[in-house]
Amino acid sequence: MRGTTPIVMPAPHDDGVSGAWAGQERPEAEARAGRPGPVLLRRVPTVPVIGLLVRRVLGLFRRSRALWRRSIQLRVVATTLVLSLGVVLLLGVVVMNQVRNGLLDAKVQAARSQAAGGFENAQNQFAQLSGAGRANGSQGSALPSGTGAAGGQVDMGTWLTTLVTYLSSGGAGDFSVVAMAPSSPGGNGDAGGAGIRGSRTSGDVSPSSIPAAMQQALQSTGQQQEAYTQIVQETPNGVTRQAGVVIGRQLSGPGNSPYQLYFLFPFQEDAKTLGLVTDTLAIAGVFVVILLGAIAWLVTRQVVAPVRIAAGISERLAAGRLEERMKVSGTDDIARLGESFNKMAAALQTQIRQLEELSRVQRRFVSDVSHELRTPLTTVRMAADLLYEAREDFQDVSATRSAELLQAQLDRFESLLSDLLEISRFDAGAAVLEAEPVDLREVVQRVVDAAEPLARRKGSPLRVVGAEHPVVAEVDPRRIERVLRNLVVNALEHGEGREVSVRLAAAEGAVAVGVRDYGIGLKPGEASRVFHRFWRADPARARTTGGTGLGLSIALEDANLHGGWLQAWGEPGGGSQFRLTLPRNVGADIQRSPMPLEPEDSRRNRGLGASGVPYQRSARPVPAAGEHPALPAGEAGAAKGGGPGAGGPAVGRALPGQAAGPGPAADASSAAGYGAGVGARRVVIRRAAESPAASAASAGPGVQGSARGERASGESAGEARRNADDEAEA
Amino acid sequence: MKGRVLIVDDDTALAEMLGIVLRGEGFEPSFVADGDKALAVFRDTKPDLVLLDLMLPGRDGIDVCRQIRAESGVPIVMLTAKSDTVDVVVGLESGADDYVVKPFKPKELVARVRARLRRAEEPTPEQLAIGDLVIDVAGHSVKREGRSIPLTPLEFDLLVALARKPWQVFTREVLLEQVWGYRHAADTRLVNVHVQRLRSKIERDPERPEIVVTVRGVGYKAGPS
Repeated sequence: MRGTTPIVMPAPHDDGVSGAWAGQERPEAEARAGRPGPVLLRRVPTVPVIGLLVRRVLGLFRRSRALWRRSIQLRVVATTLVLSLGVVLLLGVVVMNQVRNGLLDAKVQAARSQAAGGFENAQNQFAQLSGAGRANGSQGSALPSGTGAAGGQVDMGTWLTTLVTYLSSGGAGDFSVVAMAPSSPGGNGDAGGAGIRGSRTSGDVSPSSIPAAMQQALQSTGQQQEAYTQIVQETPNGVTRQAGVVIGRQLSGPGNSPYQLYFLFPFQEDAKTLGLVTDTLAIAGVFVVILLGAIAWLVTRQVVAPVRIAAGISERLAAGRLEERMKVSGTDDIARLGESFNKMAAALQTQIRQLEELSRVQRRFVSDVSHELRTPLTTVRMAADLLYEAREDFQDVSATRSAELLQAQLDRFESLLSDLLEISRFDAGAAVLEAEPVDLREVVQRVVDAAEPLARRKGSPLRVVGAEHPVVAEVDPRRIERVLRNLVVNALEHGEGREVSVRLAAAEGAVAVGVRDYGIGLKPGEASRVFHRFWRADPARARTTGGTGLGLSIALEDANLHGGWLQAWGEPGGGSQFRLTLPRNVGADIQRSPMPLEPEDSRRNRGLGASGVPYQRSARPVPAAGEHPALPAGEAGAAKGGGPGAGGPAVGRALPGQAAGPGPAADASSAAGYGAGVGARRVVIRRAAESPAASAASAGPGVQGSARGERASGESAGEARRNADDEAEA
Repeated sequence: MKGRVLIVDDDTALAEMLGIVLRGEGFEPSFVADGDKALAVFRDTKPDLVLLDLMLPGRDGIDVCRQIRAESGVPIVMLTAKSDTVDVVVGLESGADDYVVKPFKPKELVARVRARLRRAEEPTPEQLAIGDLVIDVAGHSVKREGRSIPLTPLEFDLLVALARKPWQVFTREVLLEQVWGYRHAADTRLVNVHVQRLRSKIERDPERPEIVVTVRGVGYKAGPS
């Protein structure tokens, strides 16, 4: 209903909208489009209506499907309804068949005996008639014999008319009679005279009610025939048809010629009975189906209701309301479900309480240990400081040295203690994030300023990139400063005296700080291990600044606390980059970092970028280092700059699969001297970092340095440096 | 120079060591080890500054701090072993002006003590207005419509720092340097807590401050007068 009617005309509730719309649209469309108006006209209003309809139907379908999936009860009730409907239908069909067959059999039996009586009667009448004729008397005959029956003989037509009238009068409407002379099969196809002469019927029954096949069979065999047929009655109001059975026999009539006599029994009464039975069965079936559905609904409700309650309670449990329990009554299966559910909840509650208690105890312990250790340590610290201040006055040289050692090791002890406490605070889940909007440039500047003395000692220039725009994020400034301090100090320690740069970047939802060095780098697989507690890149390596081995672990925890990432990238001999990515807002997810983990100037990236094709082992003989025009610049840079200037060639030497040839430099000759350009640029930038006056010009010469790589490659780094100075002055 | 310092600490070794260091710097230390007696000793000695350990037997440091603050604006520097936010903030909210986390270096402690004592030495005759408040810098008083509002020296310093340059937005770091005397950026929670305390005293509605206004993402500034 819903599906079909509205397609033809808009559904009642759509009418207002689409009708009004169509009304407005029509003249406009016609005015605008002129002739093609009607086409537009038909398309414009119907398409949205159909679309709306399809959406509605789809929505309804989706909703009911969702309900179907969600509700066991609905499924059970629907299944019960469908199945019981099937069963009831089947039963009904079977029962109806039985009843109908029974009724039919009885009717046919009755018809046969009535027909037999009728045939006998007809024979008797004929015998009486012919006997009376011979005896010249018609007293015993029930038939009116006045109609031309003189002379003892009657003609066939009269006989048949008389017989039919006589027989049908005894039937009381139960049956009709048709009599036919053999010459007129069917009778209805003949001319009127022949028909009247050939067949006689009682009432309005048409001779066509007798199947032609039956007539022929009767004629040829002469034996009694039965058939089901449609009894046709022709009344002045019209033709009616009725199912019935016809029984016919061939008898001999006047002049010893045979005629056929048929009795037609309509099933009218039986059809009524059958209809009554059908109605009763149908009503009973509908009731049974509805009752079964209701019973299914009730029964499933008994089962489903507790399950629903359990589901609700377990949701609340999951949400942290550990006191929720199911109500248990009785000892049935549902009660067992409730009991075991409650047991589970209780066990969960106990476990969670225990864990909470454990966490609380640990936190408390950390706090206590912290206090208990720190108070005596403070005293020791102060005493050691006094001794250290007075060490010059000591007579004994060993006492002086002891005071120095005491002081230095106390520092180490202190940082180790505070790192340990910090780690255990993380482990106990006691770390709290105190985020506020912070411009990371300021944090980076503070860290760089604080690391300046160490950078000078290491000979590594320290520069900040990407600080042109504010990089604001909601972070805990103390923690982020600690992380960055750690990364910068690490980079300086492992930077081999080469440049260390801190890059800032921001994208939609995240900010990133990368700390890049060009030092010993990381071996494959070390990038994740660096964050392990007490992990050291090289155990034999001198601990110059005496890190605790926990710094990066704490940094990682700090990053995680912010919902951020801390990742490491490195290549052996090519330096490393640590990238801290933080969401702009607390609790937000990071989609991607605004900065690639592998820096653009990694050897792999440079191999690609320098020549424009993937780096491959050169088939040409690699020129000796001294001969190549690109090299002197780099070498000179390395010699003079003592590190960063050697970026290009140094990296080239360490390229994987490259023995000792200056890979990028060799490519550089064909690609505008990129390697040398890098070398030269490095020097320029280094200069810029060293002298504040040149810093303003650092971007300019840097870009130019690479742009005129060809020239720079022929020049010494020293010249490049002079260029930078000139431009800085300009 | 005045320099009577009351050391409230139950750890005798630490107290003694503190005494040695402070004496070496020209201060006059006095000691009390029990929180219950701290107030009585404070009244007796009338120190210029109190060094207070937060964990004490008997009455704990927080309570002692509140008691002292209730009757005096004397600078209080907490010694705490816990740098956790909650502990520090509770200490500051109970009235401490500054704190030092154990283990500290003697120089650090002395610098903090000196910074807290310095301000009293340089009174300048000056009259400032901020919002509807009138500040007499030399007289160390703040008045609203003639009624004076009692502030601790630190809160007063904070207010004066903001009122002197009403056009300037002060970052927390700058305030730390100007008011607390930190050379390097330290714990900005100090500023947050004390701004809250100050607001609760001088603002008509501390929830909607009009005199000390927050500039989101930057710091604080004086409201329009």
